[in-house]
Amino acid sequence: MSGVGASGGFEVPQVQLPAAAPIPGAGPEAAPAADNEPVVIFENVSIGFGRDPVLEDVSFQIHRGETRILLGVAGVGKSVLLKLSNGLLRPDSGKIIVFGQEISAMREEDLFELRGAIGTVFQEGALFDSLTVRDNVGYRLLEEHLPEDEITRRVTEALRFVELEHTLEKFPSQLSGGMRRRVAIARAIVTNPKLILYDSPTGGLDPITSTTIIELVMKQRDVTHTSSLVVTHRLQDAFMLATHRYSKEKSAMLPLPEHQTDPNTTFMMLNRAHLIFDGTTKELVESKDPFIQEYLS
Amino acid sequence: MALATIDAAAKKGALAVQEYAQLSGRALSNVFRKPFYAADLYQQADIIGVGSLPIVILTGFFLGGALAMQSSATLAQFGAAAFTGQLVSFSMIKEIGPVVTALMVSGRNASGMASELGSMIVTEQIDAMRALGTDPLKKLVMPRIVATVVMLFFLTILADAVGILGGGLVSVMMLGQDGSQYFHTAYQSLQYADIVQGLVKPVFFGFILATIGCFYGMKTRGGTQGVGRSTTQAVVVSSVIIIATDFVIIRTMIGIFGR
Repeated sequence: MSGVGASGGFEVPQVQLPAAAPIPGAGPEAAPAADNEPVVIFENVSIGFGRDPVLEDVSFQIHRGETRILLGVAGVGKSVLLKLSNGLLRPDSGKIIVFGQEISAMREEDLFELRGAIGTVFQEGALFDSLTVRDNVGYRLLEEHLPEDEITRRVTEALRFVELEHTLEKFPSQLSGGMRRRVAIARAIVTNPKLILYDSPTGGLDPITSTTIIELVMKQRDVTHTSSLVVTHRLQDAFMLATHRYSKEKSAMLPLPEHQTDPNTTFMMLNRAHLIFDGTTKELVESKDPFIQEYLS
Repeated sequence: MALATIDAAAKKGALAVQEYAQLSGRALSNVFRKPFYAADLYQQADIIGVGSLPIVILTGFFLGGALAMQSSATLAQFGAAAFTGQLVSFSMIKEIGPVVTALMVSGRNASGMASELGSMIVTEQIDAMRALGTDPLKKLVMPRIVATVVMLFFLTILADAVGILGGGLVSVMMLGQDGSQYFHTAYQSLQYADIVQGLVKPVFFGFILATIGCFYGMKTRGGTQGVGRSTTQAVVVSSVIIIATDFVIIRTMIGIFGR
Protein backbone atom coordinates (compact mmCIF):
# COMPACT_ATOMS: atom_id res chain seq x y z
CA MET A 1 0.00 0.00 0.00
CA SER A 2 2.24 2.77 -1.25
CA GLY A 3 2.01 6.05 0.53
CA VAL A 4 0.09 4.88 3.57
CA GLY A 5 3.14 3.73 5.41
CA ALA A 6 4.58 7.24 5.26
CA SER A 7 1.88 8.48 7.59
CA GLY A 8 2.41 12.20 8.12
CA GLY A 9 5.39 14.05 6.72
CA PHE A 10 3.90 14.60 3.25
CA GLU A 11 5.15 17.64 1.39
CA VAL A 12 2.99 19.23 -1.23
CA PRO A 13 5.02 20.38 -4.25
CA GLN A 14 3.80 23.44 -6.09
CA VAL A 15 2.98 22.48 -9.66
CA GLN A 16 1.82 24.96 -12.28
CA LEU A 17 -0.81 23.37 -14.48
CA PRO A 18 -0.87 24.26 -18.18
CA ALA A 19 -4.13 25.49 -19.65
CA ALA A 20 -6.43 22.64 -20.68
CA ALA A 21 -6.66 21.87 -24.39
CA PRO A 22 -9.81 22.87 -26.33
CA ILE A 23 -12.49 20.19 -26.31
CA PRO A 24 -13.71 19.01 -29.70
CA GLY A 25 -17.01 17.20 -29.42
CA ALA A 26 -18.06 18.90 -26.22
CA GLY A 27 -21.63 20.18 -26.15
CA PRO A 28 -21.96 23.82 -27.12
CA GLU A 29 -24.01 24.48 -23.98
CA ALA A 30 -21.13 23.28 -21.87
CA ALA A 31 -19.45 26.66 -21.64
CA PRO A 32 -15.95 26.30 -20.23
CA ALA A 33 -15.74 27.24 -16.59
CA ALA A 34 -13.55 30.21 -15.79
CA ASP A 35 -10.06 29.20 -14.66
CA ASN A 36 -10.79 29.82 -11.00
CA GLU A 37 -14.36 28.55 -11.12
CA PRO A 38 -14.90 24.96 -9.95
CA VAL A 39 -16.07 22.59 -12.69
CA VAL A 40 -18.31 20.74 -10.23
CA ILE A 41 -20.04 22.18 -7.17
CA PHE A 42 -22.21 20.16 -4.79
CA GLU A 43 -24.17 22.30 -2.34
CA ASN A 44 -26.00 20.52 0.48
CA VAL A 45 -27.03 17.65 -1.76
CA SER A 46 -29.28 14.96 -0.32
CA ILE A 47 -30.80 11.91 -1.96
CA GLY A 48 -32.54 8.83 -0.68
CA PHE A 49 -34.26 5.77 -2.04
CA GLY A 50 -37.38 4.78 -0.16
CA ARG A 51 -37.08 5.80 3.44
CA ASP A 52 -33.31 5.47 3.68
CA PRO A 53 -31.14 8.52 2.97
CA VAL A 54 -28.16 7.62 0.79
CA LEU A 55 -26.48 11.01 0.83
CA GLU A 56 -27.26 13.80 3.26
CA ASP A 57 -26.13 17.40 3.03
CA VAL A 58 -23.10 16.63 0.86
CA SER A 59 -21.06 19.64 -0.29
CA PHE A 60 -17.76 19.70 -2.16
CA GLN A 61 -16.12 21.16 -5.24
CA ILE A 62 -13.89 19.90 -8.04
CA HIS A 63 -11.59 22.52 -9.50
CA ARG A 64 -10.09 22.59 -12.93
CA GLY A 65 -7.29 20.05 -13.35
CA GLU A 66 -8.06 18.52 -9.96
CA THR A 67 -8.44 14.80 -9.30
CA ARG A 68 -10.73 14.05 -6.38
CA ILE A 69 -10.70 10.56 -4.97
CA LEU A 70 -13.90 9.51 -3.23
CA LEU A 71 -13.37 6.78 -0.66
CA GLY A 72 -15.92 4.81 1.30
CA VAL A 73 -17.00 1.31 2.08
CA ALA A 74 -19.08 -0.64 -0.44
CA GLY A 75 -22.72 0.47 -0.58
CA VAL A 76 -22.15 3.84 1.07
CA GLY A 77 -23.38 5.83 -1.94
CA LYS A 78 -20.20 6.55 -3.89
CA SER A 79 -21.68 5.51 -7.24
CA VAL A 80 -24.85 7.47 -6.45
CA LEU A 81 -22.75 10.59 -5.89
CA LEU A 82 -20.97 9.98 -9.19
CA LYS A 83 -24.27 9.56 -11.04
CA LEU A 84 -25.52 12.79 -9.49
CA SER A 85 -22.46 14.53 -10.95
CA ASN A 86 -23.53 13.95 -14.53
CA GLY A 87 -27.27 14.15 -13.93
CA LEU A 88 -28.02 10.45 -14.28
CA LEU A 89 -29.70 10.82 -10.89
CA ARG A 90 -31.40 13.89 -9.46
CA PRO A 91 -30.99 15.02 -5.88
CA ASP A 92 -33.96 15.26 -3.53
CA SER A 93 -32.59 18.57 -2.30
CA GLY A 94 -29.52 20.75 -2.78
CA LYS A 95 -27.78 22.14 -5.83
CA ILE A 96 -25.36 20.54 -8.29
CA ILE A 97 -23.54 22.90 -10.62
CA VAL A 98 -21.43 21.50 -13.46
CA PHE A 99 -19.52 23.79 -15.82
CA GLY A 100 -21.45 26.72 -14.35
CA GLN A 101 -24.88 25.19 -15.05
CA GLU A 102 -27.21 23.95 -12.37
CA ILE A 103 -27.83 20.43 -13.62
CA SER A 104 -30.18 19.58 -10.75
CA ALA A 105 -32.68 22.01 -12.30
CA MET A 106 -32.16 21.03 -15.96
CA ARG A 107 -34.51 18.93 -18.07
CA GLU A 108 -33.25 15.51 -19.14
CA GLU A 109 -33.32 16.64 -22.80
CA ASP A 110 -30.95 19.52 -22.01
CA LEU A 111 -28.61 17.34 -20.01
CA PHE A 112 -27.69 15.18 -23.01
CA GLU A 113 -25.75 18.03 -24.57
CA LEU A 114 -23.91 18.86 -21.34
CA ARG A 115 -22.93 15.23 -20.83
CA GLY A 116 -20.98 15.42 -24.08
CA ALA A 117 -18.30 17.29 -22.10
CA ILE A 118 -18.18 14.65 -19.38
CA GLY A 119 -16.55 11.25 -19.76
CA THR A 120 -17.85 8.46 -17.55
CA VAL A 121 -16.20 5.13 -16.86
CA PHE A 122 -18.76 2.77 -15.33
CA GLN A 123 -18.08 0.15 -12.71
CA GLU A 124 -18.22 -2.81 -15.09
CA GLY A 125 -17.34 -0.84 -18.19
CA ALA A 126 -20.94 -0.81 -19.48
CA LEU A 127 -19.80 -1.36 -23.06
CA PHE A 128 -22.53 -1.90 -25.65
CA ASP A 129 -22.29 -5.64 -26.16
CA SER A 130 -23.73 -5.63 -29.67
CA LEU A 131 -21.19 -3.09 -30.96
CA THR A 132 -17.53 -3.63 -31.81
CA VAL A 133 -14.79 -1.96 -29.80
CA ARG A 134 -14.45 0.62 -32.58
CA ASP A 135 -18.13 1.49 -32.47
CA ASN A 136 -18.16 1.51 -28.66
CA VAL A 137 -15.23 3.88 -28.40
CA GLY A 138 -16.43 5.98 -31.32
CA TYR A 139 -20.06 5.99 -30.19
CA ARG A 140 -20.29 9.74 -29.68
CA LEU A 141 -18.39 10.43 -32.89
CA LEU A 142 -20.82 8.18 -34.78
CA GLU A 143 -23.74 10.02 -33.20
CA GLU A 144 -22.23 13.28 -34.43
CA HIS A 145 -21.95 11.78 -37.96
CA LEU A 146 -18.24 12.52 -38.31
CA PRO A 147 -16.55 11.08 -41.42
CA GLU A 148 -15.65 7.39 -41.07
CA ASP A 149 -11.91 8.03 -41.56
CA GLU A 150 -11.95 10.67 -38.85
CA ILE A 151 -13.78 8.30 -36.48
CA THR A 152 -11.34 5.45 -37.11
CA ARG A 153 -8.38 7.79 -36.60
CA ARG A 154 -9.66 9.18 -33.31
CA VAL A 155 -10.80 5.80 -32.02
CA THR A 156 -7.40 4.27 -32.85
CA GLU A 157 -5.73 7.18 -31.05
CA ALA A 158 -7.87 6.64 -27.95
CA LEU A 159 -7.28 2.90 -28.06
CA ARG A 160 -3.54 3.48 -28.43
CA PHE A 161 -3.71 5.53 -25.22
CA VAL A 162 -5.00 2.42 -23.42
CA GLU A 163 -2.72 0.15 -25.50
CA LEU A 164 -5.56 -1.74 -27.14
CA GLU A 165 -5.44 -0.54 -30.73
CA HIS A 166 -5.37 -4.17 -31.94
CA THR A 167 -8.89 -4.81 -30.59
CA LEU A 168 -10.67 -2.43 -32.98
CA GLU A 169 -12.92 -5.04 -34.60
CA LYS A 170 -13.45 -7.25 -31.55
CA PHE A 171 -16.69 -7.41 -29.55
CA PRO A 172 -16.70 -6.73 -25.78
CA SER A 173 -17.46 -10.40 -25.08
CA GLN A 174 -14.13 -11.30 -26.68
CA LEU A 175 -12.19 -9.14 -24.21
CA SER A 176 -11.03 -9.80 -20.66
CA GLY A 177 -12.45 -7.79 -17.73
CA GLY A 178 -9.39 -5.55 -17.59
CA MET A 179 -9.44 -4.95 -21.35
CA ARG A 180 -13.12 -4.02 -21.19
CA ARG A 181 -12.33 -1.49 -18.48
CA ARG A 182 -9.55 -0.03 -20.65
CA VAL A 183 -11.91 0.21 -23.62
CA ALA A 184 -14.37 2.02 -21.33
CA ILE A 185 -11.61 4.52 -20.48
CA ALA A 186 -10.88 4.97 -24.20
CA ARG A 187 -14.59 5.63 -24.80
CA ALA A 188 -14.62 8.20 -22.01
CA ILE A 189 -11.60 10.12 -23.31
CA VAL A 190 -12.19 9.96 -27.07
CA THR A 191 -13.96 13.33 -27.14
CA ASN A 192 -11.38 14.98 -24.84
CA PRO A 193 -13.88 15.69 -22.06
CA LYS A 194 -13.30 18.40 -19.47
CA LEU A 195 -14.35 16.14 -16.65
CA ILE A 196 -13.98 12.39 -16.25
CA LEU A 197 -15.94 10.36 -13.71
CA TYR A 198 -14.46 6.98 -12.82
CA ASP A 199 -16.79 4.60 -10.99
CA SER A 200 -14.61 2.00 -9.26
CA PRO A 201 -12.41 1.56 -12.32
CA THR A 202 -10.42 -1.26 -10.68
CA GLY A 203 -13.29 -3.03 -8.93
CA GLY A 204 -13.12 -6.80 -9.34
CA LEU A 205 -9.79 -6.77 -11.15
CA ASP A 206 -6.56 -8.52 -10.20
CA PRO A 207 -3.75 -6.37 -8.69
CA ILE A 208 -1.67 -6.23 -11.88
CA THR A 209 -4.59 -5.20 -14.08
CA SER A 210 -5.68 -2.71 -11.40
CA THR A 211 -2.25 -1.08 -11.52
CA THR A 212 -2.53 -0.83 -15.31
CA ILE A 213 -5.92 0.89 -14.98
CA ILE A 214 -4.63 3.29 -12.30
CA GLU A 215 -1.67 4.08 -14.55
CA LEU A 216 -4.14 5.04 -17.29
CA VAL A 217 -6.11 7.25 -14.90
CA MET A 218 -2.82 8.86 -13.86
CA LYS A 219 -1.73 9.24 -17.47
CA GLN A 220 -4.96 11.06 -18.26
CA ARG A 221 -4.49 13.25 -15.18
CA ASP A 222 -0.85 14.14 -15.85
CA VAL A 223 -0.86 14.32 -19.64
CA THR A 224 -4.11 16.15 -20.34
CA HIS A 225 -4.77 17.60 -16.85
CA THR A 226 -8.45 16.69 -17.01
CA SER A 227 -10.51 17.25 -13.88
CA SER A 228 -11.73 13.96 -12.52
CA LEU A 229 -13.67 12.25 -9.79
CA VAL A 230 -12.40 8.78 -8.97
CA VAL A 231 -14.71 6.61 -6.91
CA THR A 232 -12.99 3.69 -5.24
CA HIS A 233 -12.92 1.66 -2.07
CA ARG A 234 -9.39 0.41 -2.73
CA LEU A 235 -6.88 2.40 -0.70
CA GLN A 236 -3.89 1.10 -2.61
CA ASP A 237 -5.27 2.56 -5.85
CA ALA A 238 -6.09 5.87 -4.20
CA PHE A 239 -2.68 6.29 -2.64
CA MET A 240 -0.92 5.20 -5.79
CA LEU A 241 -2.66 8.07 -7.58
CA ALA A 242 -1.60 10.47 -4.83
CA THR A 243 2.01 9.33 -4.57
CA HIS A 244 2.93 8.71 -8.21
CA ARG A 245 3.10 10.68 -11.41
CA TYR A 246 3.05 9.63 -15.04
CA SER A 247 6.23 10.31 -16.98
CA LYS A 248 5.47 10.98 -20.62
CA GLU A 249 9.14 10.64 -21.53
CA LYS A 250 9.49 7.21 -19.94
CA SER A 251 5.89 6.19 -20.69
CA ALA A 252 5.64 4.86 -17.18
CA MET A 253 4.31 5.60 -13.73
CA LEU A 254 7.02 6.90 -11.40
CA PRO A 255 6.88 7.44 -7.64
CA LEU A 256 7.04 11.03 -6.43
CA PRO A 257 9.98 11.90 -4.16
CA GLU A 258 9.54 10.52 -0.66
CA HIS A 259 6.91 12.29 1.46
CA GLN A 260 5.58 14.19 -1.54
CA THR A 261 2.13 13.81 -3.00
CA ASP A 262 0.42 15.14 -6.07
CA PRO A 263 -0.98 18.55 -5.08
CA ASN A 264 -3.96 18.26 -7.41
CA THR A 265 -5.06 14.89 -6.10
CA THR A 266 -7.20 15.23 -3.01
CA PHE A 267 -9.51 13.00 -1.03
CA MET A 268 -13.08 12.79 0.15
CA MET A 269 -14.63 10.11 2.27
CA LEU A 270 -18.23 9.05 2.68
CA ASN A 271 -19.63 7.33 5.71
CA ARG A 272 -23.28 6.81 6.69
CA ALA A 273 -24.61 9.17 4.04
CA HIS A 274 -22.31 12.02 5.07
CA LEU A 275 -19.11 13.39 3.62
CA ILE A 276 -16.88 12.97 6.64
CA PHE A 277 -13.62 14.08 5.03
CA ASP A 278 -12.59 16.54 2.35
CA GLY A 279 -8.92 17.41 2.15
CA THR A 280 -5.39 16.59 1.06
CA THR A 281 -3.55 13.31 1.32
CA LYS A 282 -1.59 14.64 4.28
CA GLU A 283 -4.76 15.70 6.08
CA LEU A 284 -6.31 12.32 5.40
CA VAL A 285 -3.49 10.27 6.86
CA GLU A 286 -3.23 12.61 9.85
CA SER A 287 -6.97 12.61 10.51
CA LYS A 288 -8.00 11.80 14.08
CA ASP A 289 -11.47 10.62 12.99
CA PRO A 290 -11.80 7.08 14.37
CA PHE A 291 -13.63 5.82 11.25
CA ILE A 292 -10.95 7.21 8.94
CA GLN A 293 -8.20 5.77 11.11
CA GLU A 294 -9.89 2.39 11.03
CA TYR A 295 -10.44 2.64 7.28
CA LEU A 296 -6.78 3.48 6.66
CA SER A 297 -5.39 0.89 9.04
CA MET B 1 -52.83 -3.06 7.78
CA ALA B 2 -54.97 -4.23 4.88
CA LEU B 3 -55.87 -0.62 4.12
CA ALA B 4 -52.21 0.32 4.02
CA THR B 5 -51.51 -2.54 1.61
CA ILE B 6 -54.36 -1.45 -0.67
CA ASP B 7 -53.14 2.14 -0.44
CA ALA B 8 -49.58 1.13 -1.36
CA ALA B 9 -50.79 -1.06 -4.24
CA ALA B 10 -53.00 1.73 -5.59
CA LYS B 11 -50.13 4.22 -5.45
CA LYS B 12 -47.83 1.72 -7.16
CA GLY B 13 -50.40 1.15 -9.88
CA ALA B 14 -51.00 4.87 -10.39
CA LEU B 15 -47.25 5.47 -10.55
CA ALA B 16 -46.82 2.70 -13.14
CA VAL B 17 -49.59 4.20 -15.31
CA GLN B 18 -47.99 7.65 -14.99
CA GLU B 19 -44.56 6.29 -15.93
CA TYR B 20 -46.04 4.38 -18.86
CA ALA B 21 -47.84 7.50 -20.12
CA GLN B 22 -44.64 9.54 -19.76
CA LEU B 23 -42.56 6.99 -21.64
CA SER B 24 -45.12 6.67 -24.43
CA GLY B 25 -45.57 10.44 -24.69
CA ARG B 26 -41.86 11.19 -24.77
CA ALA B 27 -41.12 8.39 -27.22
CA LEU B 28 -43.90 9.61 -29.55
CA SER B 29 -42.83 13.25 -29.37
CA ASN B 30 -39.33 12.09 -30.32
CA VAL B 31 -40.65 11.04 -33.74
CA PHE B 32 -40.77 14.73 -34.64
CA ARG B 33 -37.45 15.72 -33.04
CA LYS B 34 -33.93 15.49 -34.36
CA PRO B 35 -31.87 13.35 -34.54
CA PHE B 36 -34.08 10.81 -36.30
CA TYR B 37 -32.58 7.34 -35.99
CA ALA B 38 -33.56 6.05 -39.44
CA ALA B 39 -31.00 3.22 -39.44
CA ASP B 40 -32.31 1.94 -36.09
CA LEU B 41 -35.86 2.21 -37.41
CA TYR B 42 -35.05 0.09 -40.49
CA GLN B 43 -33.22 -2.42 -38.33
CA GLN B 44 -36.19 -2.77 -35.99
CA ALA B 45 -38.60 -2.97 -38.93
CA ASP B 46 -36.50 -5.84 -40.26
CA ILE B 47 -36.37 -7.63 -36.90
CA ILE B 48 -40.04 -7.11 -36.07
CA GLY B 49 -41.55 -7.27 -39.55
CA VAL B 50 -39.44 -9.65 -41.61
CA GLY B 51 -38.53 -11.71 -38.54
CA SER B 52 -42.19 -12.27 -37.68
CA LEU B 53 -43.18 -13.32 -41.22
CA PRO B 54 -42.92 -17.12 -40.70
CA ILE B 55 -45.05 -17.22 -37.54
CA VAL B 56 -47.64 -14.82 -38.95
CA ILE B 57 -47.96 -16.73 -42.23
CA LEU B 58 -48.17 -20.12 -40.53
CA THR B 59 -50.67 -19.07 -37.86
CA GLY B 60 -52.76 -17.13 -40.37
CA PHE B 61 -52.88 -20.05 -42.78
CA PHE B 62 -53.82 -22.70 -40.23
CA LEU B 63 -56.32 -20.45 -38.46
CA GLY B 64 -58.08 -19.76 -41.76
CA GLY B 65 -58.13 -23.49 -42.49
CA ALA B 66 -59.42 -24.39 -39.03
CA LEU B 67 -62.07 -21.69 -39.22
CA ALA B 68 -63.29 -23.00 -42.59
CA MET B 69 -63.43 -26.55 -41.31
CA GLN B 70 -65.26 -25.67 -38.08
CA SER B 71 -67.71 -23.20 -39.62
CA SER B 72 -68.63 -25.20 -42.72
CA ALA B 73 -69.92 -28.06 -40.57
CA THR B 74 -72.15 -25.69 -38.59
CA LEU B 75 -73.24 -23.76 -41.67
CA ALA B 76 -74.10 -27.02 -43.44
CA GLN B 77 -76.67 -27.76 -40.73
CA PHE B 78 -78.58 -24.68 -41.92
CA GLY B 79 -77.88 -25.36 -45.58
CA ALA B 80 -75.54 -22.38 -45.70
CA ALA B 81 -72.19 -24.09 -46.39
CA ALA B 82 -71.80 -21.80 -49.40
CA PHE B 83 -71.24 -18.90 -47.03
CA THR B 84 -68.04 -20.40 -45.61
CA GLY B 85 -65.94 -17.88 -47.56
CA GLN B 86 -67.91 -14.97 -46.16
CA LEU B 87 -67.57 -16.20 -42.57
CA VAL B 88 -63.85 -16.87 -42.91
CA SER B 89 -63.12 -13.47 -44.50
CA PHE B 90 -65.29 -11.62 -41.95
CA SER B 91 -63.65 -13.39 -39.03
CA MET B 92 -60.12 -13.08 -40.36
CA ILE B 93 -60.30 -9.42 -41.37
CA LYS B 94 -62.35 -8.04 -38.48
CA GLU B 95 -61.20 -10.14 -35.56
CA ILE B 96 -58.87 -13.10 -35.81
CA GLY B 97 -56.30 -11.59 -38.18
CA PRO B 98 -55.58 -8.43 -36.14
CA VAL B 99 -55.86 -10.03 -32.69
CA VAL B 100 -53.94 -13.23 -33.34
CA THR B 101 -51.23 -11.44 -35.32
CA ALA B 102 -50.84 -8.92 -32.48
CA LEU B 103 -50.66 -11.70 -29.90
CA MET B 104 -48.08 -13.63 -31.94
CA VAL B 105 -45.97 -10.53 -32.53
CA SER B 106 -46.37 -9.62 -28.86
CA GLY B 107 -45.10 -13.04 -27.79
CA ARG B 108 -42.12 -12.69 -30.06
CA ASN B 109 -41.30 -8.98 -29.90
CA ALA B 110 -42.72 -7.49 -26.68
CA SER B 111 -40.72 -10.14 -24.85
CA GLY B 112 -37.69 -9.41 -27.03
CA MET B 113 -37.92 -5.68 -26.37
CA ALA B 114 -38.35 -6.17 -22.61
CA SER B 115 -35.44 -8.58 -22.34
CA GLU B 116 -33.12 -6.57 -24.58
CA LEU B 117 -33.77 -3.24 -22.88
CA GLY B 118 -33.88 -4.93 -19.47
CA SER B 119 -30.45 -6.48 -20.03
CA MET B 120 -29.14 -3.09 -21.09
CA ILE B 121 -30.54 -1.56 -17.89
CA VAL B 122 -28.98 -4.11 -15.54
CA THR B 123 -25.59 -3.91 -17.27
CA GLU B 124 -25.71 -0.08 -17.09
CA GLN B 125 -25.66 0.21 -20.89
CA ILE B 126 -28.68 2.54 -20.78
CA ASP B 127 -26.93 4.74 -18.20
CA ALA B 128 -23.81 4.64 -20.40
CA MET B 129 -25.91 5.76 -23.36
CA ARG B 130 -27.38 8.64 -21.35
CA ALA B 131 -23.90 9.52 -20.09
CA LEU B 132 -22.69 9.60 -23.70
CA GLY B 133 -25.33 12.20 -24.51
CA THR B 134 -27.88 9.97 -26.27
CA ASP B 135 -31.52 9.83 -25.27
CA PRO B 136 -32.39 6.12 -24.99
CA LEU B 137 -36.06 6.90 -25.55
CA LYS B 138 -35.12 8.42 -28.89
CA LYS B 139 -32.50 5.87 -29.88
CA LEU B 140 -34.07 2.67 -28.55
CA VAL B 141 -37.77 3.16 -27.78
CA MET B 142 -38.99 5.39 -30.62
CA PRO B 143 -37.70 3.14 -33.45
CA ARG B 144 -39.27 0.09 -31.80
CA ILE B 145 -42.67 1.76 -31.46
CA VAL B 146 -42.75 3.18 -35.00
CA ALA B 147 -41.43 -0.06 -36.54
CA THR B 148 -43.97 -2.18 -34.66
CA VAL B 149 -46.95 0.01 -35.59
CA VAL B 150 -45.98 0.07 -39.28
CA MET B 151 -44.96 -3.57 -39.56
CA LEU B 152 -47.92 -4.95 -37.58
CA PHE B 153 -50.24 -3.12 -39.97
CA PHE B 154 -48.74 -4.95 -42.96
CA LEU B 155 -48.34 -8.24 -41.09
CA THR B 156 -52.05 -8.16 -40.25
CA ILE B 157 -52.98 -7.61 -43.92
CA LEU B 158 -50.74 -10.55 -44.80
CA ALA B 159 -52.25 -12.74 -42.07
CA ASP B 160 -55.76 -11.87 -43.29
CA ALA B 161 -54.87 -12.75 -46.88
CA VAL B 162 -53.09 -15.98 -45.96
CA GLY B 163 -55.93 -16.94 -43.60
CA ILE B 164 -58.57 -16.48 -46.32
CA LEU B 165 -56.34 -18.45 -48.68
CA GLY B 166 -55.95 -21.23 -46.10
CA GLY B 167 -59.70 -21.32 -45.58
CA GLY B 168 -60.14 -21.48 -49.35
CA LEU B 169 -57.73 -24.39 -49.75
CA VAL B 170 -59.47 -26.34 -46.97
CA SER B 171 -62.91 -25.56 -48.43
CA VAL B 172 -61.92 -26.69 -51.91
CA MET B 173 -59.55 -29.55 -51.21
CA MET B 174 -61.01 -31.03 -48.03
CA LEU B 175 -64.65 -29.95 -47.99
CA GLY B 176 -65.24 -30.17 -51.73
CA GLN B 177 -66.65 -26.67 -52.06
CA ASP B 178 -66.43 -24.53 -55.15
CA GLY B 179 -63.36 -22.28 -55.06
CA SER B 180 -64.90 -19.54 -57.16
CA GLN B 181 -67.93 -19.36 -54.88
CA TYR B 182 -65.73 -19.30 -51.77
CA PHE B 183 -63.62 -16.36 -52.92
CA HIS B 184 -66.63 -14.59 -54.47
CA THR B 185 -68.62 -14.62 -51.20
CA ALA B 186 -65.46 -13.84 -49.22
CA TYR B 187 -64.86 -10.69 -51.28
CA GLN B 188 -68.37 -9.49 -52.06
CA SER B 189 -69.75 -9.50 -48.55
CA LEU B 190 -67.00 -7.23 -47.24
CA GLN B 191 -67.86 -3.58 -46.67
CA TYR B 192 -65.82 -0.47 -46.07
CA ALA B 193 -66.50 -0.60 -42.29
CA ASP B 194 -65.09 -4.13 -42.05
CA ILE B 195 -61.86 -3.16 -43.76
CA VAL B 196 -61.50 -0.02 -41.62
CA GLN B 197 -62.01 -2.03 -38.45
CA GLY B 198 -59.44 -4.58 -39.57
CA LEU B 199 -56.88 -1.90 -40.37
CA VAL B 200 -57.43 0.34 -37.33
CA LYS B 201 -56.85 -2.45 -34.84
CA PRO B 202 -53.21 -3.25 -35.72
CA VAL B 203 -52.27 0.40 -35.32
CA PHE B 204 -53.51 0.39 -31.71
CA PHE B 205 -52.22 -3.11 -31.02
CA GLY B 206 -48.78 -2.31 -32.41
CA PHE B 207 -48.53 0.77 -30.24
CA ILE B 208 -49.66 -1.17 -27.16
CA LEU B 209 -47.30 -4.11 -27.57
CA ALA B 210 -44.27 -1.95 -28.35
CA THR B 211 -44.83 0.57 -25.56
CA ILE B 212 -45.58 -2.15 -22.99
CA GLY B 213 -42.50 -4.14 -24.08
CA CYS B 214 -40.27 -1.07 -23.88
CA PHE B 215 -41.86 0.12 -20.63
CA TYR B 216 -41.20 -3.14 -18.80
CA GLY B 217 -37.72 -3.31 -20.30
CA MET B 218 -36.85 0.23 -19.20
CA LYS B 219 -38.12 -0.29 -15.66
CA THR B 220 -36.28 -3.57 -15.11
CA ARG B 221 -34.64 -3.86 -11.71
CA GLY B 222 -32.84 -6.69 -10.00
CA GLY B 223 -30.39 -8.38 -12.36
CA THR B 224 -31.12 -11.37 -14.55
CA GLN B 225 -34.12 -12.37 -12.43
CA GLY B 226 -35.54 -8.91 -13.05
CA VAL B 227 -35.03 -9.32 -16.79
CA GLY B 228 -37.00 -12.57 -16.72
CA ARG B 229 -39.77 -10.94 -14.70
CA SER B 230 -39.98 -7.98 -17.08
CA THR B 231 -40.14 -10.27 -20.10
CA THR B 232 -43.02 -12.29 -18.67
CA GLN B 233 -44.91 -9.19 -17.53
CA ALA B 234 -44.47 -7.54 -20.93
CA VAL B 235 -46.09 -10.47 -22.76
CA VAL B 236 -48.88 -11.02 -20.23
CA VAL B 237 -49.83 -7.35 -19.82
CA SER B 238 -49.63 -6.52 -23.53
CA SER B 239 -51.75 -9.57 -24.43
CA VAL B 240 -54.45 -8.67 -21.89
CA ILE B 241 -54.49 -5.01 -22.92
CA ILE B 242 -54.66 -5.97 -26.62
CA ILE B 243 -57.74 -8.13 -26.02
CA ALA B 244 -59.37 -5.47 -23.82
CA THR B 245 -58.62 -2.78 -26.42
CA ASP B 246 -60.07 -5.05 -29.11
CA PHE B 247 -63.38 -5.04 -27.26
CA VAL B 248 -63.34 -1.23 -26.97
CA ILE B 249 -62.52 -0.81 -30.67
CA ILE B 250 -65.31 -3.18 -31.71
CA ARG B 251 -67.83 -1.24 -29.60
CA THR B 252 -66.59 2.07 -30.99
CA MET B 253 -66.71 0.84 -34.58
CA ILE B 254 -70.24 -0.49 -34.14
CA GLY B 255 -71.14 2.91 -32.75
CA ILE B 256 -69.62 4.68 -35.77
CA PHE B 257 -70.43 2.34 -38.65
CA GLY B 258 -73.33 0.33 -37.20
CA ARG B 259 -71.60 -3.02 -37.84
